[in-house]
Amino acid sequence: MVSIEIDGKKIQARDGALVIEAADDAGVYIPRFCYHKKLSIAANCRMCLIEVEKAAKPLPACATPVTDGMVIFTKSPKAIDAQKGVMEFLLINHPLDCPICDQGGECELQDIAMGYGSDVSKFTEKKRVVKDKNLGPLIATDMTRCIHCTRCVRFGAEVAGVRELGATGRGEHTEIGTYITSNVSSEMSGNVIDLCPVGALTSKPFRFSARAWELVERDTIAPHDCIGSNLKVHVCNGREVVRVVPRENEAINETWISDRDRFSYEALYSDDRLKTPMLKENGAWREVDWETALQAVIVGINKTITDSGADRVGALAAPTSTLEELYLMQKLMRQMGVNNIDHRLRQLDFSDQQQAPVFPWLGQPINNLENNNAVLLIGSNVRKDQPIAAHRLRKAGVRGSKIMTLNAVDYDFYMPIMAKIITSPMDYKHQLAGIAKALLAQTKQPAPNGFEKLVSKVKITASHQAIASALVEGSVSSVLLGPQAINHPEASTLRMLAQLITLLSQSQLGYLSEAGNSVGAWMAGMLPHRVAGGKDADKTGLNALEMLHKGLRAYVLLGVEPEIESAESVIASRALNDADFVVSLTSFSSEAMRQYADVMLPIAPFAETSATFINAEGQWQSVAGVVPPLGETRPAWKVLRVLGNLFGCSGFDYITSDDVLTEVKQLTKDCQTDNTVVWCCPAPITTNSNADILVRIAEVQMYAGDSLQRRAQALQNTHDADFAAIRINKACAKKFGLKDGVKATAAQNGTEITLPVVVDDNVSDNSVLIHCGLRDSAALSTDFTPISIRPV
Amino acid sequence: MANEVCFSTLHLDKSWALSTYQAAGGYAVWKRILKNKTSPDDIISELKTSALRGRGGAGFPTGLKWSFMPRNTPGQKYIVCNSDEGEPGTCKDRDILRYNPHALIEGMAIAGYTIGASIGYNYMRGEFYEPYDRFETALEEAYKAGILGKNIFKSGVDFDLHSHIGAGAYICGEETALLESLEGKKGLPRFKPPFPASYGLFGRPTTINNTETLASVPYILANGGKWFLELGRPNNGGSKLFSVSGHVNKPGNYEVPLGTPFAELLEMAGGVWKGKELKAVIPGGSSTPVLPAKIAMEMDMDYDSIAKAGSMLGAGSVIIMDETTCMVKTLGRLAYFYYDESCGQCTPCREGTGWLSRVVNRIEIGKGQQQDLDLLLDVAGKIGGRTICGLGDAAAMPVMSFLNHYRDEFQFHVDHKRCMV
Ligand SMILES: Cc1cc2nc3c(=O)[nH]c(=O)nc-3n(C[C@H](O)[C@H](O)[C@H](O)COP(=O)(O)O)c2cc1C
Ligand code: SF4
Ligand code: FES
Repeated sequence: MVSIEIDGKKIQARDGALVIEAADDAGVYIPRFCYHKKLSIAANCRMCLIEVEKAAKPLPACATPVTDGMVIFTKSPKAIDAQKGVMEFLLINHPLDCPICDQGGECELQDIAMGYGSDVSKFTEKKRVVKDKNLGPLIATDMTRCIHCTRCVRFGAEVAGVRELGATGRGEHTEIGTYITSNVSSEMSGNVIDLCPVGALTSKPFRFSARAWELVERDTIAPHDCIGSNLKVHVCNGREVVRVVPRENEAINETWISDRDRFSYEALYSDDRLKTPMLKENGAWREVDWETALQAVIVGINKTITDSGADRVGALAAPTSTLEELYLMQKLMRQMGVNNIDHRLRQLDFSDQQQAPVFPWLGQPINNLENNNAVLLIGSNVRKDQPIAAHRLRKAGVRGSKIMTLNAVDYDFYMPIMAKIITSPMDYKHQLAGIAKALLAQTKQPAPNGFEKLVSKVKITASHQAIASALVEGSVSSVLLGPQAINHPEASTLRMLAQLITLLSQSQLGYLSEAGNSVGAWMAGMLPHRVAGGKDADKTGLNALEMLHKGLRAYVLLGVEPEIESAESVIASRALNDADFVVSLTSFSSEAMRQYADVMLPIAPFAETSATFINAEGQWQSVAGVVPPLGETRPAWKVLRVLGNLFGCSGFDYITSDDVLTEVKQLTKDCQTDNTVVWCCPAPITTNSNADILVRIAEVQMYAGDSLQRRAQALQNTHDADFAAIRINKACAKKFGLKDGVKATAAQNGTEITLPVVVDDNVSDNSVLIHCGLRDSAALSTDFTPISIRPV
Repeated sequence: MANEVCFSTLHLDKSWALSTYQAAGGYAVWKRILKNKTSPDDIISELKTSALRGRGGAGFPTGLKWSFMPRNTPGQKYIVCNSDEGEPGTCKDRDILRYNPHALIEGMAIAGYTIGASIGYNYMRGEFYEPYDRFETALEEAYKAGILGKNIFKSGVDFDLHSHIGAGAYICGEETALLESLEGKKGLPRFKPPFPASYGLFGRPTTINNTETLASVPYILANGGKWFLELGRPNNGGSKLFSVSGHVNKPGNYEVPLGTPFAELLEMAGGVWKGKELKAVIPGGSSTPVLPAKIAMEMDMDYDSIAKAGSMLGAGSVIIMDETTCMVKTLGRLAYFYYDESCGQCTPCREGTGWLSRVVNRIEIGKGQQQDLDLLLDVAGKIGGRTICGLGDAAAMPVMSFLNHYRDEFQFHVDHKRCMV
């Protein structure tokens, strides 16, 4: 610590702290534009000039480290003169038309000009005009307003990991823009909107829809990925969500959010939004009141149970549902004798569910990701799946940590990758076995029971050795299973091998799970084999896949669209359409849903309901609803409570959602946060016998993960919302006679689909990437299984 | 007493050839240092004795600068030569590259040895095609003769030297912008601290010196610091190249001892042309304050004397203006130069230089208003001392000095919408 004096106040400051940091800590405000605590120091705006005793010139507070005995004046005549001088320069070429600027009222330049600007300008020349750039569907530009602080440029280079924005030209002609005229495509790009101190970069969907002073800011949590980023929602007129920005939480999302979390709110007002309860009678839909709708549900479900038995009823919920909803859904079902309960719609391998951890989680706090010295990612496109996790890993990678991947697609992670194995999904187990075998040799530890036989035919490669050594050498190291591993047809084998690798290398096993409440769904008992708190169910019901395969008589859906969210989309669609009774608790209706459902109950989505989410690190985050539910919509926890009462179930007398939460907390208080599973030798691994089989990689398209994202228009207009296509590498395309841009037919399990071919050499051999989550590819059955392709 | 240092071989045939340089005693110092493993501290102390001051503009004592290098910290360190020579009025470094490139190579090798840098870069101005070729040829010769490279003359000392040619931006002469440019980035000056001695090229400790500074080093070490000091004056050691340009009969580069009266230098350059009267002198390059004839004629050409006269020796670029010169138009051209060359990074320079240029231009074409004169001083005052690098000061200084000495001419332009001269 050093002693300094700021404006006559004697304070202690951290050694090496910058004057601006010390001043902030001491509550002394110094005006600034280019400085941002998460970005490198540029010291280019000069707004923070201050006077330092014995210094000949004013110094920028953002770039001057404190020294012992330093005497600082932030408001002396010299300092004020320097600050006012800079403000005058900033304003000469800046348009002074705040009333027509989208940033007006929340503009750093406007605010600081109130304190340091003059009311008359001495500048009588023509003002600079800069051509606007088209940065894509998310970010609106008004480049004449740019003050060249380069925060946006530094964000790209330092945080997003991709330099999409840059400063071209020199001097007065410096312009911020993209190289040539490309879009900005980073999955974190929206953060530049918050960073831009002026109205140069603003939110395209929000633009000109409200003024800052008309908005109320309320807190919520993002439901989409497993990070649970903290958000602030901007509410207009007390009822409409018009914008979403990050809420700082150093432990989770720092000051950033992904574009997914920022722009998904648009779906709240999409045309698909269901606003009143709907009932299908004689094939025709009509709007009904809640009583009528709920009565129809009671009758429909009771009838099925009476006619076919509770075993012929199933409940499916989206892992983006709230903890309260998930808990009440399974409680209601179980009381009615229904054990077919699940949230794992994309999962294919359930064989080890009995010994799965109580809840598969990250195995470490999110902020610890950046402390890893070595990380092996398996089946993960982390940059697109969980952008915030990718940012943490990138920090580690840039620092020199060894980031390694085992994937079917050679994704560009925007970070240094030490080793990568790009191979068909069917080959994952061989590769993991190879790494485990290398580790056994390196660490000279005894092989677990049956392992030697298991891997006798597996050859150790240089990559296996390198990955093994990196994991062993890293004092903090992790093996992370991504969605493509969790939902893999051989997920249990992969899990077992991954665990063996972590045991041998003393690393942490972690799951980068799919959705905002994947962990919550496990905890709440939204599973066929376990009740809340991870205890075994009295009777194990059918899992999601079985429920659809077996064709039940009635389905209860909570926030899901199984016809695109299930790994077996075709079978799901058939099962739902063949059922006698389907009730969907949903915020949106679709063509397909109107086909298979009999009752649609409008439930409050994100922002309209109180909610608890448990993120990948096991953090419980509870928030209140921020806007009233739209139309006749009701929070699902209330709907489930009423259903519980109507069905005559006990323990459904909750008054608030907090009562539900308290109950879940009580039931889960003994949950162990442990990812280890007991060793149980997988079936022997033969050599690459599947090598010649073409396999589908079923990655969920970036903005197709849940019902909100799919209806957020701006996100759907981005590059990441890729159209459905058959993506295949050059060699495979040649082998099957396919041409880039020309349509081809993909056939799988008796289903067929015709889509354009995109030749992409990042796709591994013997694999085809056909994104799932898309209506255009839903007619193809089963993720990750053999597929054949032929030209049309 | 001229041509004692960088120009000492100028009169020789093919002065740029290795053989010529060696015949005149070149590389003897380098070989001696390698052989005796001269202590770097001794070299630095010799430089301190010589009172060699940086020839790039700021006049910082070279021995002191070299002593700042953390010579013994492990890892790569660099010596960089600044041959960007962009200052209007300057053309001396070009002639060192053309006529005495080996002195620079030897100076850089010695510098590298002294500061612990095994790699050097010579960053040359984008327009220097011919000097670049000359320097490259000299480098080749030196490598062939085993003067550069690995384990030079079996001494165990390595020194590799590379040429780099810029793209014609004045700002890349500013040492940290130069480093950025050398790294392959846009030439934007860095905020200091950290200074290059701790965070320089590729983030490693680096010393940057001007061409003339480095080319002087072998001569100093050959003849002794005292010899060099006594060529000039106390605190102003050596002789110096002055690029005399403008309204003179014989413009060109002149190497004269520091302390030579300006009048003598003007005489050497053939005096003011066409029998005209001297009106004004910019003694150190376009960034230094202008001086009226009367003051200039009584001034001596060394750092301290020029400072006393109210200007700066800068890079030694003496711009002579005769009685027919319109000071408003001249300032207009200078102001335009800084406006055009501003990198655009920091606010005062980006916004202020354009403003200055436009206002001066307006006055010149007869559209000036009374308040413009004070406006110029006000704007210049808000740029000077508040920018990341010295370009802001360089832009402000001419404005202040022109208005200081020639306000009546500006007033005349405003009042009569035409020029006084
Ligand atoms: C805008 C600007 C332009 C400069 N241009 C040059 C140049 O062309 N050549 C040069 O040697 N120094 C130039 N300098 C000075 C350098 O920054 C640096 O001080 C010098 O190269 C140090 O060498 P010296 O100590 O040997 O003088 C410039 C400085 C500024 C601020
Ligand atoms: S666009 Fe905004 S953030 Fe980027 S440099 Fe300009 S003012 Fe700064
Ligand atoms: S905030 Fe310090 S220079 Fe911009």
